Amino acid sequence: MTPLARKRLGKILLNTAGILVFLYAVFPVYWMVATGFKANDQIFTTEFIPFPTHFTFEHFERVLTEGVANNSIWLYMRNSAIVALGTVLIGSAFALLSATAIARFRFKGRGTFLVTLLIVQMLPAEGLLIPLYMMVKRAGLGDQLIGLIITQVALTLPFGVWMLRTFVAAVPKSLEEAAWIDGAGRMTTFWRVLFPLVAPGLVATSIFSFITAWNDLIFALYLMSGSEGYTMPVALQYFFGQKGVDWGAIMAGSTLMTIPVVIFFLLVQRRMVSGLVAGAVKG
Amino acid sequence: MANPTTVARGRDSSPSPGRRRNDRAARASGLPVWSIPYVLLIPGLVVIAGLLLYPMVQLGIMAFQKVGLAQIRGTRPAEWVGLDNFDKVLSNDIFWSALRNTVAFAFVAVSLTLIVGTAVGVLLHRLGRKMSLFVVIGCMFAWAVPPVAQGVIWRSLFDAESGIINWALNLVPTWLLSPPDGQESWSGTPWLNDTIPLYIALVVCVVWAGFPFIAVSVLAGLKGIPAELYEAARVDGSGAWRTFRKITLPLLKPVFAVLTILSIIWDFKVFSQLYVLMNGPTNRDGFNLSMYAVAEAFKPPQKLGTGAAISVVLTIILLIITVVYVRQIVKQEEM
Repeated sequence: MTPLARKRLGKILLNTAGILVFLYAVFPVYWMVATGFKANDQIFTTEFIPFPTHFTFEHFERVLTEGVANNSIWLYMRNSAIVALGTVLIGSAFALLSATAIARFRFKGRGTFLVTLLIVQMLPAEGLLIPLYMMVKRAGLGDQLIGLIITQVALTLPFGVWMLRTFVAAVPKSLEEAAWIDGAGRMTTFWRVLFPLVAPGLVATSIFSFITAWNDLIFALYLMSGSEGYTMPVALQYFFGQKGVDWGAIMAGSTLMTIPVVIFFLLVQRRMVSGLVAGAVKG
Repeated sequence: MANPTTVARGRDSSPSPGRRRNDRAARASGLPVWSIPYVLLIPGLVVIAGLLLYPMVQLGIMAFQKVGLAQIRGTRPAEWVGLDNFDKVLSNDIFWSALRNTVAFAFVAVSLTLIVGTAVGVLLHRLGRKMSLFVVIGCMFAWAVPPVAQGVIWRSLFDAESGIINWALNLVPTWLLSPPDGQESWSGTPWLNDTIPLYIALVVCVVWAGFPFIAVSVLAGLKGIPAELYEAARVDGSGAWRTFRKITLPLLKPVFAVLTILSIIWDFKVFSQLYVLMNGPTNRDGFNLSMYAVAEAFKPPQKLGTGAAISVVLTIILLIITVVYVRQIVKQEEM
């Protein structure tokens, strides 16, 4: 084999492997969406039917109009959105303040705070669930979304601060100093100079918090006492009925729940990696 | 670390612009300059102390108490029971099978995720720009799917009757792999009832969702390795495997350290996917520690104290791993 032919063969093999990886990653997601559009006779079969040839909106329509667990699916979507957006609004404001403190000032206790951040970021949510459940019940928030929002703020804040601090640190201090020399006060400098420059980082951090809160199952499942407070991940469990699984409906519901996450995710994936691996990946 | 830098600037005795600036800044916010970082930290500290550290202390306390329905309602105070909860938990077979499931699952899932992820990362590095981007975007889909939806998807793929897995296994010639229990075909074989097949499905699900993060991280790490090193290795006649072992692996060691620890932590407390695959906390033999804690605490009759004791065990294991992680990060990063 000539070197050129060998090189070409190597390239073909590599690209084939790439396509296989692509299919491996995408197929299950495709299957979820495709099943949502299949008629029941194509779902409940031992055959492999790659494309929904009996294409139907029946499942989506049923999920969106009939709902599940005595409530409309829109209620669960709304609950999920309220929890996720509430978490983002409160969490991002808090995270920005803390990140500014860490990145812009050297003060006593700074190192301790950073190490605490790293440790609490790793606390298992399952461990926090039981004491937080007691606290939420005692505070009388057992059936209110604000209870969920508070717990989600707590769970997302440490990573949010950790991620945002690098964005704040990346803004050159000389910019702020120039603003001071021009007579701007601290608040003006913060809002007019630092904030616009940190905004992209704030968006990335917010999306991370949004996804975490949107995806949460365990807190929504046990903190909410009535089905009026359920979020999408909890509501989906009710499609697995006693009589057998309504696959068309549950796939349609899962698709509806997945769409916002995938869109947000594609926007911020780069930041996720750099935030999680912190200094480990250089370059 | 001792003083805020702004304080030092403010103490400048000459009537420099620096001094005026800080006087005005201090007046504008009405606070002494040294206190600014602490004021900024207040909301964050309140959340961390009140909603993360305090509950952890509470968890530790509840593990030594009897906390049932009366205590949740607040009609009766919690009753101290000493080590009773731990006694009960440690003498229960379910605890030991849950611990075994947790550890064995984490070991298998972490190893496979790292192997698949690294292989894909290396592949991405060698592909052309467009092809690489194409595959990365594909991987993003697997990564982005919410854990509950991951569970739903794989539960349908592993379905006894209509699942693709059984359909695919039917294609395998019987001399290579015969259907279980002398059946004619794999159709109708349930995967999610018994512990071992259930955990096989869970591993497949978690590896599928977890490999993209590893792959993208490894790719980022590989891009940071100077090309001259590979050039030199090639000139010296080093083969692909040898180059990978002698250059790539040592240089990516810090990346792998962090990825391994993060994967262990995530896989130790896997919950949503298992919850969907096993249809809620039903099959006690299939519990992992998270599921066991939650089942004890929330399935009636509620025993929050016992659940807390199990959570304490899980938390201690995770904290030990976390300490290793924190040391690794602190070593790598000047904070």
